[in-house]
Amino acid sequence: MKQIFKLSVGFLMIAMAFTSCNNSKSSKSNSALNSNAAEKVYVAPGEYDEFYAFISGGFSGQLSVYGLPSGRLFKVIPVFSQDPEKAYGYNEETKPMLNTSHGFIPWDDSHHPDISQTGGKLDGRYVYINANNTPRIAKIDLTTFETTEIIEIPNSAGNHSSSFVTENTEYVVAGTRFSVPIPQRDMPIKDYKGNFKGSLSFLKVNPENGEMSIKFQLLMPGFDYDLSHPGRGKSHGWFFFTTYNTEEANSLLEVNASQNDKDFIAAINWKKIEEYVNNGGGTKIPSEYAHNLYSDENHTATSTMMHEVLQVKPSDVPGAIFLLPTPKSPHGCDVDPTGEYIVGNGKLSANLTVHSFTKMLNAIENKKFAGEAYGIPILKFEDVLAGVVEQPGLGPLHTEFDGKGNAYTSFFISSEVVKWKLGTWEVLDRKPTFYSIGHLMIPGGNSANPFGKYLLAMNKITKDRYLPTGPEVTQSAQLFDISGDKMELLLDFPTIGEPHYAAGIPANLITANSKKLYKLEDNKHPYAAKSDADTKVTRNGNEVHIQMTMIRSHFSPDNIEGVKVGDKVYFHVTNLEQDYDVPHGIAMIGANTSELLIMPGQTETFVWEPKQVGVWPFYCTDFCSALHQEMQGYVRVSPSSSDIKLSWSLGDDF
Amino acid sequence: MKTMLKLFSLLCISLLISCGGKEDKKKESFSYEKKATTTQKTAPEIKVTASKKINLTDKGIGPITSVDLGSEINQAMVTQGQGIYNKMCTACHRPNKKFIGPAQAGIMERRTPEWIMNMILNPEVMIQKDPLAKELLAEFNGAPMANQNLTQEEARAVLEYFRTLK
Repeated sequence: MKQIFKLSVGFLMIAMAFTSCNNSKSSKSNSALNSNAAEKVYVAPGEYDEFYAFISGGFSGQLSVYGLPSGRLFKVIPVFSQDPEKAYGYNEETKPMLNTSHGFIPWDDSHHPDISQTGGKLDGRYVYINANNTPRIAKIDLTTFETTEIIEIPNSAGNHSSSFVTENTEYVVAGTRFSVPIPQRDMPIKDYKGNFKGSLSFLKVNPENGEMSIKFQLLMPGFDYDLSHPGRGKSHGWFFFTTYNTEEANSLLEVNASQNDKDFIAAINWKKIEEYVNNGGGTKIPSEYAHNLYSDENHTATSTMMHEVLQVKPSDVPGAIFLLPTPKSPHGCDVDPTGEYIVGNGKLSANLTVHSFTKMLNAIENKKFAGEAYGIPILKFEDVLAGVVEQPGLGPLHTEFDGKGNAYTSFFISSEVVKWKLGTWEVLDRKPTFYSIGHLMIPGGNSANPFGKYLLAMNKITKDRYLPTGPEVTQSAQLFDISGDKMELLLDFPTIGEPHYAAGIPANLITANSKKLYKLEDNKHPYAAKSDADTKVTRNGNEVHIQMTMIRSHFSPDNIEGVKVGDKVYFHVTNLEQDYDVPHGIAMIGANTSELLIMPGQTETFVWEPKQVGVWPFYCTDFCSALHQEMQGYVRVSPSSSDIKLSWSLGDDF
Repeated sequence: MKTMLKLFSLLCISLLISCGGKEDKKKESFSYEKKATTTQKTAPEIKVTASKKINLTDKGIGPITSVDLGSEINQAMVTQGQGIYNKMCTACHRPNKKFIGPAQAGIMERRTPEWIMNMILNPEVMIQKDPLAKELLAEFNGAPMANQNLTQEEARAVLEYFRTLK
């Protein structure tokens, strides 16, 4: 009996120890999560998410596509970096996409995706996104979710205050972060001040097909241009850029670029400059840059080198550019859905500064200037100020809007999202993020019509949030429900690369237009084999072109002889399938490139330079059918001196 | 374990032997239940393969419930159908010989027009549910008929072309 008693006491103690442990754990999570959070992000198997989130991959150079509220990853769209999985930048068709005036560049740092708009509302046609390092803007077509255009931005460096669209997608802007000598030249770095310039490029968008062309480049003073947003509604026709390093320091910016009490938001009347340019204004300056276009017709990209841009100096168009003093190195430059308020997120300031567009116009009309910088009028801070959100947090970076009169600002240093009210500037709510939030996103947050249901926080640091994976751990996104008075944390999910910035959109604005396959009859690839009758192998000197087809579950031809060491063998492979979701892949042993992953109706090409005599196999890399393992073939490689004629076959059919 | 070892050494020995016999090129190095021998064995029981079976009642499963063939062959449709067949079907079919899939010659004597069109337009369901299509899938090594997303009008034209294949 005694023993039983002892035992039960022991059990009780152990049980208590465990329960108390559990309690402390659950009380911790309760503080962050309400009990129905899981329900709110649960998208049942086979069901669709309500929103798409296009999240840039930062230093991965790509653009990821997630569903909200589930946080499920659907696709990583290769944009500025090679992707061996999809052969982007490896196959002959897409290599030209990564061509620049510096030659082929396999990587970049992708930052600020923005979705095209019509009438101030998201139209779901294209996503534009900037490459920071070697300045470029890309267009992603949302019918195919593929990168279909990349244009290089000359005279720019650290292309950061980009790639935001105006309310009818008239323009995509690309602003330099680093000022540089324009044109580039050999000069002492210490002579930066007054000699370097910051270029803000306005890319005209063709309303028919979304294609970009550099309409003009504005040569601004040698500041750093950090972020930008378009005016909308009443402020449509204007564009706003945050600046820092108005000190024009060229070294130890950490200290030297934080000296001025106020930097500026540059307000640019692009309509006025456009008019000036349309009337023949501006100066054509020699500038080399690549313009790369991908065509869904021939499944091939072309790269064209351009040789000049039109440049405009602020002094050329008086009354088009003004500087709004804004405290302490502002980062985000955000315009509310009505177009009235321009928020400067002064990242070293204790307060958030909000300017009024109406007040700005009045001050301009009354010519109340506090001074000028390189000929550009500086407005008086007090004259343009709409209000200040007092001490909401530390390190404000970016503000988005819910369309219900509220604003949400991310605070990097204090690692939180703060909700505040436009007009009264009072703080309504704050929630911690885990950890160190950079940008945040509300679907449609950069438009006249936000969808204020969810807010996505993108965090730089996760530390203890996930299972450890060695020194390098994932970065993350966190989803908040913002439909109520108080924000509610619903979900953490890991992301690719650095989730730098995002654009979100209701799924129904995209799904209906999403392409299912490429029509074989529309395939205009010069080496397409659109039926078995078109398959062939031809030789031109040491170049061998194989025009091959693939369908469940064979290649045609699948036996090829007459290839020799020293040949350059082009595999042009067409997927003959005309059904949804039947891609095939192909890989060749020893080929110094990636596989191809070919969608139905598409033709892609890889090059193989056989170095060894033998019989070498190739096979399908995408599990396509029950007979996928049978989808294989051989190429016989003979010595370079061999006189074996080219021949090819499939079964005994040729 | 011991038996495993024995088996293994046996295998090694047999491999060595086969190596030795390499010079004898004409001799088949490997033979195991070849199809030819099995058919010979079962010759008395004549089994009709699915591709040879005649079934003029099964209309298949799919959008097509009735086809009016008309008494005359429509030559314009034949031309159109042959073009579509050459583009969309020849990756796996030849009119007059077994390829990845069965030959189409004489198909009008073996199948209903509805079955043929449903096989073209609705192959995913056909190979899972239609008894004849299921048998065909087995006969052709599990290579499924691909849906090439033809319109009904295109499938009808292909059918007209089949009427000319005897």
